[in-house]
This record gives sequence, structure tokens and C-alpha cells, in this order.
Amino acid sequence: MKNLLILGAGTAGTMMANHLVKKLPANEWQITIVDKEKTHYYQPGYLFVPFDIYKPEQIVKSIDQFIPKGVKLVREPIDRIAKDEDQVYLANGEALSYDLLIVATGTDIAPDEIEGMLGEHWQESIFDFYTFDGASNLRKKLMNWEGGKMVVHICEMPIKCPVAPLEFAFLADSFFKNKGMRDKVDLTFVTPMDGAFTKPRATKELNYLLEQKNIRIVPNFNVERVDGEARKVYDYGGQVVDYDLLVTVPTNMGDPMIERSGMGDDLNFVPTNKATLQSLVKDNIFVIGDATNVPASKAGSVAHFEAEVLTENILAYIAGKEMNGSFDGHANCFVETGNGKALLIDFNYDQEPVTGTFPIPGVGPLRLLKESRVNHWGKLAFRWIYWNMLITGKPIPFVSSAMMTAGKDIEPAPAEVG
Amino acid sequence: MATRAYAGTNVACNDEGYMTNLEEWTQQVGEEIAKEEEVEMTPKHWEVISFLQDQYRAEVPLTIRKIGKSGVTNIKEFYQLFPNGPLKKASRIAGIPKPVSCI
Ligand SMILES: Cc1cc2nc3c(=O)[nH]c(=O)nc-3n(C[C@H](O)[C@H](O)[C@H](O)COP(=O)(O)OP(=O)(O)OC[C@H]3O[C@@H](n4cnc5c(N)ncnc54)[C@H](O)[C@@H]3O)c2cc1C
Repeated sequence: MKNLLILGAGTAGTMMANHLVKKLPANEWQITIVDKEKTHYYQPGYLFVPFDIYKPEQIVKSIDQFIPKGVKLVREPIDRIAKDEDQVYLANGEALSYDLLIVATGTDIAPDEIEGMLGEHWQESIFDFYTFDGASNLRKKLMNWEGGKMVVHICEMPIKCPVAPLEFAFLADSFFKNKGMRDKVDLTFVTPMDGAFTKPRATKELNYLLEQKNIRIVPNFNVERVDGEARKVYDYGGQVVDYDLLVTVPTNMGDPMIERSGMGDDLNFVPTNKATLQSLVKDNIFVIGDATNVPASKAGSVAHFEAEVLTENILAYIAGKEMNGSFDGHANCFVETGNGKALLIDFNYDQEPVTGTFPIPGVGPLRLLKESRVNHWGKLAFRWIYWNMLITGKPIPFVSSAMMTAGKDIEPAPAEVG
Repeated sequence: MATRAYAGTNVACNDEGYMTNLEEWTQQVGEEIAKEEEVEMTPKHWEVISFLQDQYRAEVPLTIRKIGKSGVTNIKEFYQLFPNGPLKKASRIAGIPKPVSCI
């Protein structure tokens, strides 16, 4: 009996367990999946919890209900991977040996990376919404908040779901409007990049949103420290931003287990071949989802497309064949713009988001890079799709793992012509 | 694709003046872009520039943190070398794209 071990039973690990149990002969392979949690969190829901659009209890389910029959679930923190022994050590001292390893331990926030962020003001006037606790605490805070300076802030890139902070700012604008207190809130978006939008086509199509919603932008802001007492954020270049309520996305890092295993880069992401998803650390280690260092967005949809490619490659690897599956960086994300509308973006390593129709070229019903109500329903439907199709490894109708160019208005960006 | 003339050659650039093909970069090209950015280049500057180019070739996303930990320079010094938006400026001089998000 051979052992295939999956580390992490979040979005990507759960998908791989569901794919592989159907493909690998049960009399030859034992599949085991390890996670420290009992709960599978629907992380895209963290965006909606602070505004009471979802209740915290609507975005949690038990991990084991998504682990298919025939796959062994081990509930224990992982201490480290001993890659030279082909073994994984758990926190309880137990060792699990493997023939093939899939790392799917994701990414988490690391607020301790920024001086002054953690401390007595954390979860009092400084909040995150990238964790279940952060989103739930912020929800309580916003229920009674009387207004003032709200600063939505990104510490540094890369972060998972890179548009979520901007969506948060848009939803905040709607939320305060609906409460009849928008005039009491000064909304500022602070980013280390040179704008809220950074790609030419998105900038051209979407810059109006910030003005329309009266959101002030502070670009090129690389945070050095937070002064929780004085309610100020400082950047290395000497800029200072005042806040009453700081909603920050702290540095995102891979799990400390990756560091203990001596396998990560300086953010604990695992060096990975961006096409095959084989690790660059050792041949029998593969990596998927937020845990990789590939230059794709860290998103559930990306993990979904990667899972199809990785399944094919793992089967080829086991059979001793060449791995032909090549991931193209495909991502597909709904972007909430507030007032019951959303955008849809569909892109890959080489193609920036453009306008067009999706998933059926020329028809839609979804519109790319344009606000619409249908897109917003799409975003809300994503929760159902996530629980019922995505993580259980079912294909999404009309949506292939490789990005389609049909239906996209791919002309060179006007500014780049001639 | 637009081009701009630097050091006697036409190099491909986007509308923001970032080079789109690192192969076309030479130190003279970098020197002329630095003049536009009002940066006086020293050996330390060039050391940082070649670090950025290596990272870009290795497809490692560039961040201020990465540069601070590079061993080539630290964050304070990086701001002194390329004042006001150092990552943007240094990327432009290095002939690589500015750091971007997905939209
Ligand atoms: C606010 C927000 C909004 C988002 N919106 C969207 C969206 O609209 N669309 C979209 O596609 N994606 C969205 N995402 C991103 C999406 O949730 C993630 O990209 C996706 O969950 C990544 O899957 P993963 O399996 O790589 O990591 P995760 O799902 O995070 O799973 C990692 C698992 O590993 C476990 N683990 C880690 N370390 C250890 C250890 N040492 N021992 C044991 N277990 C361990 C964790 O407990 C966890 O269960 C959003 C994310 C956030 C935070």
C-alpha cells in the first residue's frame, strides 16, 4: 500500500482529496488528509460578515462532511515536513510517512510583522477581516460605530483575494449610506501600490467608482508602524495617515510549519513550478492553492483550476509519465462594488482583466469588468457553488480550467497603440 | 506598442514609461531613465537595480520587505536612494514592470 498525504483540508486540500479518491485505486493507495481545525470556513464570506449581509454561522461547516469516504482525516496540527525522510511530523509526535505529498496549508495573516499592530488596540480600533474572529469582531464594532475616519489598508502584497480590500471599501460606502450616516464617515483607502487599480484596462473602466463613492486614495504607502494610542499609521517615506477605525489586511504568510520544514521563501510560500505545480523542493512534493509562490492570484477559483491540472499531473507522475498538465494562472473572481452590484474578472498569468461576456462568449449572462446586478447575484450564488460543487471537485458548467479568450474584448489597451 | 528613444535606441515602453522588454535594457538606457526620474546613479543604486532584475527574472513579486531583507540595502536606505515611491522609480530604471495587483 502506498501513501498519498495531503496537508491542509481547506479549499484546495479538500478538492484534491475528492478528485484523487475517484482516480487512484483504493487497493493501492491510502489517501490521508491532515488539518488542525474542525471547521471549514467559507472565507469569501468574511467580506460580508462585517456588514451583517451574512451571519457568522452562515459561513461555517464541519470539515469532515466534505472529506469523501475512503480518505482518512487526521485532526492534528502539523509540526513539520521532513522531506529527506519522506515523513511528516504532527504536533503530538506521531510521524506519517508518504510516497507523495500535497501541501495545501494556505496562507494566514501575520499582524505581528508590523510594529505596533498587535497590542491593546488590536480588535478594538484596529481590525482585520481576513479571519473568522476578525470579521465577527468587526461586525460587532460596526453595529454601534458612530462614524469618523475609517481607513481600509493593505500592508504589503501578495495577499489572498487581492481585490477584497477594495470590495470592503465599496461595501462600507453602501453600508453607511443605508444606515443614513455616510456623511459621518470619512473613507480612505491606503495601498502600497500606485493606485486602487493597477492594470491599464481596469483603471480605465473602473476609476470612476472611487470618485462616485467618495473614497480617498493614499497610494505608494509602505507601512512601517502603527501607533495605536495616537491612531496613526506611518510609512517608511514619512507619510502619516490618521484613523479612528483601521481595517487592515496584515502581511499574508504561509504557515510557520513551512518555515520549520525549511521549505519556504521569506513569506513562507513554497517555491513551486508555476505550470506543473510540482514543488521545486523535491520531486514527490506538490503544492496547491495559497501555499505556493506561483504568480497567480491567491483565490478559491484559482485553487479549483489548479486542482484539475494537478490531478492530471499527479496521475502522470505516479505512472512514471511526463507531466503534461500546464496551469495558465487562470482566475475568475466576482468583485462587489456596493449597491447590489458587482463586477466579474477572468484573467490568467498573461492576460489582464478586460471587458466582455462570460461564460458563454457573446451571450453572457455575466459581464466582464462592468458593474451589473446579475454579477452580484453571481457573487452570492458563489457560496452555494463553493459548498456544493467547488470543494467537492465537481466541474463548473461552461468554465474550463484554461482561460478562454473567446468572449473577451482583447484589443491592445488604447494607450499602448502606436 | 509605443517606443521611447533612450541611449540612441528605441525601446518598447507602456504609456506610463515602463519598459516592456527587459532584453532591451542596457546600463545606458537605465542611466537615461534615471535622469528623467531625477535620480543620480551611484554603484549602490546599480547594485539595487540588478537585484530587482534578478528577482523579476525569477518571477518573485517585488515588495519593500523583500528589498529590506535582500542584504543589498535596507528599507531606509532604499528610500534615500530612490526618494518618493522607491519601488516604482527603481522598477522603471531597472526596465521591469511596476508592482501590480490583479486589477
Ligand atoms: C476576505 C476574503 C475574501 C475572499 N474572497 C474570495 C472570492 O470571492 N473568490 C475566491 O475564489 N476566493 C476568495 N478568497 C480566497 C480563498 O478563500 C482562498 O484562496 C482559498 O481558501 C485558498 O485555499 P487553500 O486550500 O489554499 O487554503 P485554506 O482554504 O486557507 O486552507 C488551508 C488549511 O490548512 C490548514 N493548516 C494550515 N497550517 C496547518 C498546520 N500547521 N497544521 C494543520 N493544518 C494546517 C488550515 O487549518 C486550513 O484548513 C477570499 C479570501 C478572503 C480572506
